[in-house]
Amino acid sequence: MAKTLYDKIWDAHVADEAKDGTCLLYIDRHMVHEVTSPQAFEGLRMSNRKVRSPEKVLAVADHNVPTSPMLNGVAGIKNDQSRIQIQALEANVKEFGIEYFDTNDKRRGVVHIVGPEQGFTLPGMTIVCGDSHTATHGAFGALAHGIGTSEVEHVLATQTLIQAKSKNMRVTINGTLPNGVTAKDITMAVIGKIGTAGGTGYVIEYAGQAIRELSMEGRMTVCNMAIEGGARAGLIAPDEVTYAYLKGKPRAPKAEMWDQAVAYWKTLFTDNDAKFDLEIEMDASKMIPNATWGTSPQDVLPIDANVPFPTDFKDPARQDATQRAIDYMGLEAGMKLTDIKIDRVFMGSCTNGRIEDLRAAAEVVKGRKVSGHVDAMIVPGSGLVKILAEEEGLDKIFIEAGFDWREPGCSMCLAMNDDQLKPGERCASTSNRNFEGRQGFKGRTHLVSPAMAAAAAIKGYLTDVRDI
Amino acid sequence: MEKFKTVTGVAAPMPLINIDTDMIIPKQYLKTIKRSGLGVHAFAEMRYNEDGTENPDFILNQAGYRNASIIVAGDNFGCGSSREHAPWAIGDLGIKVVISTSFADIFYGNCFKNGILPIVLPQEQVDLLMDDAHRGANATLTIDLEKQEITGPDGGMIKFELDSFKKHCLLEGLDDIGQTMQKESKITAFEEQMQTSVPWI
Repeated sequence: MAKTLYDKIWDAHVADEAKDGTCLLYIDRHMVHEVTSPQAFEGLRMSNRKVRSPEKVLAVADHNVPTSPMLNGVAGIKNDQSRIQIQALEANVKEFGIEYFDTNDKRRGVVHIVGPEQGFTLPGMTIVCGDSHTATHGAFGALAHGIGTSEVEHVLATQTLIQAKSKNMRVTINGTLPNGVTAKDITMAVIGKIGTAGGTGYVIEYAGQAIRELSMEGRMTVCNMAIEGGARAGLIAPDEVTYAYLKGKPRAPKAEMWDQAVAYWKTLFTDNDAKFDLEIEMDASKMIPNATWGTSPQDVLPIDANVPFPTDFKDPARQDATQRAIDYMGLEAGMKLTDIKIDRVFMGSCTNGRIEDLRAAAEVVKGRKVSGHVDAMIVPGSGLVKILAEEEGLDKIFIEAGFDWREPGCSMCLAMNDDQLKPGERCASTSNRNFEGRQGFKGRTHLVSPAMAAAAAIKGYLTDVRDI
Repeated sequence: MEKFKTVTGVAAPMPLINIDTDMIIPKQYLKTIKRSGLGVHAFAEMRYNEDGTENPDFILNQAGYRNASIIVAGDNFGCGSSREHAPWAIGDLGIKVVISTSFADIFYGNCFKNGILPIVLPQEQVDLLMDDAHRGANATLTIDLEKQEITGPDGGMIKFELDSFKKHCLLEGLDDIGQTMQKESKITAFEEQMQTSVPWI
């Protein structure tokens, strides 16, 4: 029978199927960070259980780490709870024998940037992490999704998950992206079309010419936000771009094993006559850069549009949510998006903290200055991204323009460390969520691509990067 | 985990759509290394004013709803992050059942691991229950998991659907890990087979 890519990966990982269809799914790789793991390790201890396959687990602290230089290491973290949480992770990885990139390790960074950089993420794998943006790894044709802490404990103890299969959705992006339009604009446009619950119950496979033409960095950005569309996971079939990215990565297979792996990876595609439960098509050539105006990722519009009126929507619940979002964001219905004045810029996160993102931003920034009323920060996604950017001289471009060049971490994507918006502050952000309070209590977030964030930093307003 | 049989209680109406996990438990409370004690922070940014006093507009701060054990919510409740702190927080607050037209996938799964029953119903039925919920203490709901029934204050009954495995685990208060460990031989056999089929993994 013809199978989708998702069907193939799923079928290759079912270790047991119960009569009612509930499956025990084998998990190849498990990434662990400090926020969603302490209670899982505590559960293991209380039940006197071990980690079944510690070699399949990789740990890194990312959510709580400061983005100022950690001169005194973890002990120097001022916030007691943040420090204790990272120290708990350090004690747990030691006790259970798990590899950990500590805060002095140049390989550390946001978990979803670290995994692919190390070749820990490979096509055809099942990958989980106690973090919803695990969807990122789907860019390699791996089935990757976020899990709760109870499931973290379950995977640590059994290397499996109890799962029911999701439905298949394919999002085909035809055509070629115009200049100035990026992977971030694609993934946000998809969420704008299907809504934040549109993907609930599905795994989304992204396909089409525009997806094929993306780099691995761009593909990771697309899959990263599959969860914002409600999907369990995002997937992109591996191809030559994928193999080229992986070849030579520390954990990627070598020599004969590499050839054997590539031969297998080449079977990872959706069969021609496979059926999807839902198909969506969009045209990349008609896309323009976009930005969110409200407090849900589905509140996204092309940059030349205006903030909507609640009455633009038929559904009364959506009308109420729109009014609430307009009030929270301090906007006027009908105003132009390009009239929205910003105070802060955040460049980074598992969505857009990779080298290509920094290159795109630097191209816009080069020879220009950050607007006088804007405080702009760049947080590379990992130590390796930071080093590479510095080798390319990108840090100088940003610093000369007036950006703050910082150490890697999740930072102001979710504001668990000191990097936070103050109440009422408005930020153009390359992150993934614009929820109320996400970047700081009563902070206001506009999600954009790195190029658009750079343009906003320079103009001081949300701006069409193509006008710069 | 405690066995889940029936729940009778006041239902709090939260008609806002897309109540996300940052609303349910803001990030500053994720720094704990424990599961317990998060109830006081549930819905913190809607529930408290900036000076820490209660916001009287928030439903769970209103007389009649303080002891609610059920939430009737707008569409896509629990969207956003995978944080299990969300069900830990509302569970600690005494919430046993959440009813909506849809839930985000990870939140939905996390509820079952913590003895909370999320119920998905069509819009018309959620609307009816939302009306009941607005009547507060005068209109308690009873949820019978075994029968998969919700009984309203006026005797009306609504049936709901549920995966049989999830229902079984909730009814019996079963620990997933213990059950999976009984399948150890199957997991080992699977790993041995992978050694030949995908040895680089």
